[in-house]
This record gives sequence, C-alpha cells and structure tokens, in this order.
Amino acid sequence: MQPDKEPIKPNGKRHWGSHGFTLMLAVLGGIILLFILAPLFKMVFLSDKQALWLALLDSDTMRSIGLTIYAALISTAIGFMLGVPLAYLLARYQFPGKGIMEALVDLPIVVPHSAAGIALLFVFGSNFMVGEAFGAVGIQFVDSVAGIVIAMLFVSVPILISAARESFRKVDVRLEKVARTLGASPWQVFFRVTFPLAWRSILAGSMMMWARGMSEFGAIIILTYHPTVAPILVYERFETYGLAQAIPVAAIMLVISAMVFVGIQTLLRRSPDYD
Amino acid sequence: MISIEGINVHLPGFALRDVNLQINSGDYFVLVGPSASGKTVLLETIAGLHKIASGSIRIGDRDVTGLESEKRNVGMVYQDCALFPHLSVRENIAFGLRMRRQPEQQISRELERVAPLLGIAPLLSRRTKNLSGGEKQKVALARALITNPEVLLLDEPLGALDPQTREEVRHEMTRLQRELGVTVLHVTHDFEEAVTMGTRLAVIGAGTIRQVGTPDEIFHSPESEFVARFTMAVNVFSGVAKRGREGTTWFKVGNTELVVATNIEGECWAAVRPENVFITATRPTEGTPNTFPAVITGIVNKGTLVNIKAELPPELICLLTRPSFDRMGLDLGQEVFVTIAPSSVHLFRG
Repeated sequence: MQPDKEPIKPNGKRHWGSHGFTLMLAVLGGIILLFILAPLFKMVFLSDKQALWLALLDSDTMRSIGLTIYAALISTAIGFMLGVPLAYLLARYQFPGKGIMEALVDLPIVVPHSAAGIALLFVFGSNFMVGEAFGAVGIQFVDSVAGIVIAMLFVSVPILISAARESFRKVDVRLEKVARTLGASPWQVFFRVTFPLAWRSILAGSMMMWARGMSEFGAIIILTYHPTVAPILVYERFETYGLAQAIPVAAIMLVISAMVFVGIQTLLRRSPDYD
Repeated sequence: MISIEGINVHLPGFALRDVNLQINSGDYFVLVGPSASGKTVLLETIAGLHKIASGSIRIGDRDVTGLESEKRNVGMVYQDCALFPHLSVRENIAFGLRMRRQPEQQISRELERVAPLLGIAPLLSRRTKNLSGGEKQKVALARALITNPEVLLLDEPLGALDPQTREEVRHEMTRLQRELGVTVLHVTHDFEEAVTMGTRLAVIGAGTIRQVGTPDEIFHSPESEFVARFTMAVNVFSGVAKRGREGTTWFKVGNTELVVATNIEGECWAAVRPENVFITATRPTEGTPNTFPAVITGIVNKGTLVNIKAELPPELICLLTRPSFDRMGLDLGQEVFVTIAPSSVHLFRG
C-alpha cells in the first residue's frame, strides 16, 4: 500500500495550511520582484541597441559616466578612511551619547536628498565658514567635482559605516583581548586580528557605498549641475530630448550597478573557511 | 606571584569590590564561584583588560596596576579557546612572539619547544576550525605558554569540553603546571573541578571574595552561608548555639537540638554535608548522639548516588550510594532514623 504522504490533521483532514502559506509568500514576493525587475529588464534588454551603441560612443555620455564612477570612488575612499574608524568606535566603545550618535550616522538615509544638498550648501557654500576655509586653499564645492564628492559622501557613507560597525561587532571581542595579553598593541590588534576578520563585509559595504554614490541625484543637483554626473545627464536628456535619448545612459548606469551587486554577492558568498 | 590589594572595578551593571588575593609563585590557584559572580572580570582585570578604580596589582616583583595589558606578561586562555580563526595553528601559537618582533629562527625554536610539550606538533599546519575541542584547548595553552608568561590565566578552560576530553585536558594542565612551575589562576563555576585541581582556592560571589583557603578548609569549614551552599553542604541552618552545664555545646534549630563539637556560642549558622547525614531504617544503638526519627519526603536518583529528603523537621538532605539505597529498600513516606555525628556539624558566624 502507498504511504500517505500528506500530513494528516488531528481531525483527519489533509494539512494544506503550510502549503497555502508558502504559496501566498511566493505570490506576494513575486509581485514585488516583478515590480522591481520589469522596468529595469525592459530598459536594458528591450531598448534600441543602436541608440545604446551611439551612447557608448558619445563623448559627453562617457565623460559623465567616467566622472560619476571617479567621484563615487573618491567619496568611498574618504568614507572608508573616516567611516571605518567611527564604525570601530561605535562597535567597541561605550561612551555618553553613543545611542544618539548611532542614530545621527543613519540620518542622511532618511533626509530628503534635495534637503541634504541645501544643508551641504549651507556649510560648504563659498559664503559659509567651511566653504570659505576650503576656498582659501583652492577647493570649491559649488559646480565642481569636490561638490559632487561631498554630496555623494553625505548620502552614502552611512551604508559603509553600518556595514563596518556590524562587521566589527561580529568579531569576538575575546580574540582582541587574547591578542592584547599576547603582547599586541591596540594598533596591532586592529590590523592583525580585527580587520582581517571584518574586511570582507567592509569591502562589500564600500562597494555598496560606491554604487549608492553613483546613483545620487538630489543632493548633487543642488550643489553641482556642471560638471554633469550620469543621473543628472539622464534627467537632462529626458527633459531636453525625451525618453529615447535618456534610456541609453540610464541603461549603461544600470549595467554598471548590476555588476557592482554581482561583485558584492560573490564577495559575501565566498565565505572564508574560518566562518 | 600575584598580589591583589583592595581593588575595585566598576563596569556597567557590575562591580568588583575590595578584592584582596595573594597567589603564591607556583600555585595552582582556583577562583570558583557561580555565574555572574565576577570571576572573569577579576581575571581580565589582572590581565589589564579593565581599568581599576582603586587598589593595586603586583605580578612577581612588578607593580602592574597602571601597565597596559600587552606589557603585563600574562597568558590567557578562554573557555572556547578564542583561537584566531584566520590563522593556522602554527600562526596562532607564534602570534605572541610575532607581536614581540622575535626573529623567525627564534619563533621556530620556540614552536619546536612548546608544541611537543602539549603533543600538538602534528597539528601545526592545520586550520583551527578542523581541530577537536581538546586540540583547540591545547593550542590555546601553547599560544599562552610560548611567551613564557609569569602567570597563566585560565577562564573556564574545561567548560566547553565533553566529559572524556575534560579529564584528558585536566590531567594535561596539572602535569604541565607541575613541569613548568608556572603560576596558574584558573577560574571555574564547578566546585568539584576546583577541589580536584587547585592547591588553593578562593570563592567569589557578587563581586567580592568570600573565602580563601586550601580545598580541605573550604570544603569542611565554610565561613559563610554563601560558601557553605556553594560547596554543596546543602544542609545549612541558622540557629542558636549554647553551652550546656556538662560542657557540651548544643545548636538549636527550631525544636531540634544538635550536639556539636565546636565552641561557638550565640546566633550562628550550622552546615552539615549530605554525605554526613546517616539514615537507618531501625533505631541505632541507644545513646548515639544526634539521632532523630524522620519521614522520607523525597527521593532523587542521581545515577550512582541517591538524594534522600528527610523531614525532622528541619528538612535534611542525605546522600546515599545506589547499592546502600537498594539494600535498605527505602521508600517515600517511610519512617526512618537520621544520625549526624557532632563532629560533622560545622558552626560559623556567617
């Protein structure tokens, strides 16, 4: 006789509850996945290939994309140098106001980015103190690459700080304590124990920050319209020439972003053998 | 030698208060106490990992109170070994020497000296995640010993091991300590482990040292209710001791009076170990002191031993071996006699 494969409920009816639940999750999840993927897929794969090719040959487009990648890299490098120490501080030390500081670090994520741009203008604009100080050494933040970099830094550095902080928290603090008793200074502990165990997630956070920086529009357009980064170029083309001219630039940016995400996933999936 | 004088440590939600401890050179000293009593905090304070509010710590002839952890020359081993997961066994053991910028030749020489001492020479090229619990503990010991520390600090080193491996590592640790003569401060919550391994013990509770002494002193003569209960002298009563006309001392708890062999008088505590409460089905010889009729109110099978609860009142816990229990055929509700030798009643002020 064939065994009854379906679990039987106490009242004798077949137990369909768990299947129904799974099905509901799959349907609802599928709808949102389709919502995210369909426009992106259509833009990349169903757009005019000729226009895409012309966009790749267009010097304005390539200059703009190059500038976007470059500025995002600079902002990520600054974010790494200044954000990783802050992340370690937040992960390891107790101090008054730590909770508020952690909340403030995440604030740029929820501030409207156009508002962030105006806030940055208030500090880095040539009429304000910090802007004046930088201006004295020849660095301008309005209509300049430096402006793009600080706008990108402001909106995307919380991603790196959060990733690094969580990554440091996952490193067992006793490893650091043992290292100290074995003669390591706090510097040696950081560079020989903590960072080697946390670098993978920090690098993934950095890539995420870089990708987020490249996609920034709102804060940059307040500070710097020219030189033009790719998201502003897409907007400009759309406004001036319509959808057909905007799509190729957007599609190229999308492919670059997708490549970054594949990189992040590969990095995180290649789990080290000590995990 | 470790000399701790009046140290106070304040951490969020916990404090070590006025801790004084003398650990002699070459001692295998065990600090024993329940969970969250401050054992690890004290160990880490000696290692320089917590700031002290007041007091002083000396290791050997050096005052290390204000010294950074890396300059104290102590070895530390945690319960789960805390091996560096990104380094091989060899690199784990060599870590301390590398931090001291020792030349490669010296590191190899030291590895060749320490690894055979613990029988881990064949493991040197392995990754740490592939080691068994016992092997990990030996690697952690080798890593701590390679720098020739003045003191070895062990935080529940046997806690994460299965019973068989625990015996092996326990034996290995006492052998090593004897061979190397290093001063060991071993922390555990397991009193049996403390008595088995320690040449001297300290009992800690709620951030203060409750008693220091040899295993025998702590086992037989607890000085407080806390220590008595922690050392498994489960029959602990508060009462009054008074001297009789004939020179005998009596300890009165409720309506029961026990003859005792100590001279304390007034309000005090009495501790009777469960293995010193004798239980018989028939009345023992007339005139045997401290013999009382009782009723069995509980029987707990603990494998080779059986815990019997007998109601005098007060309630007494008696420990029998399994064969004795089977031979006597005891049962719940049975009327029996309990006898406690006067010398087995330990009185203390508390």
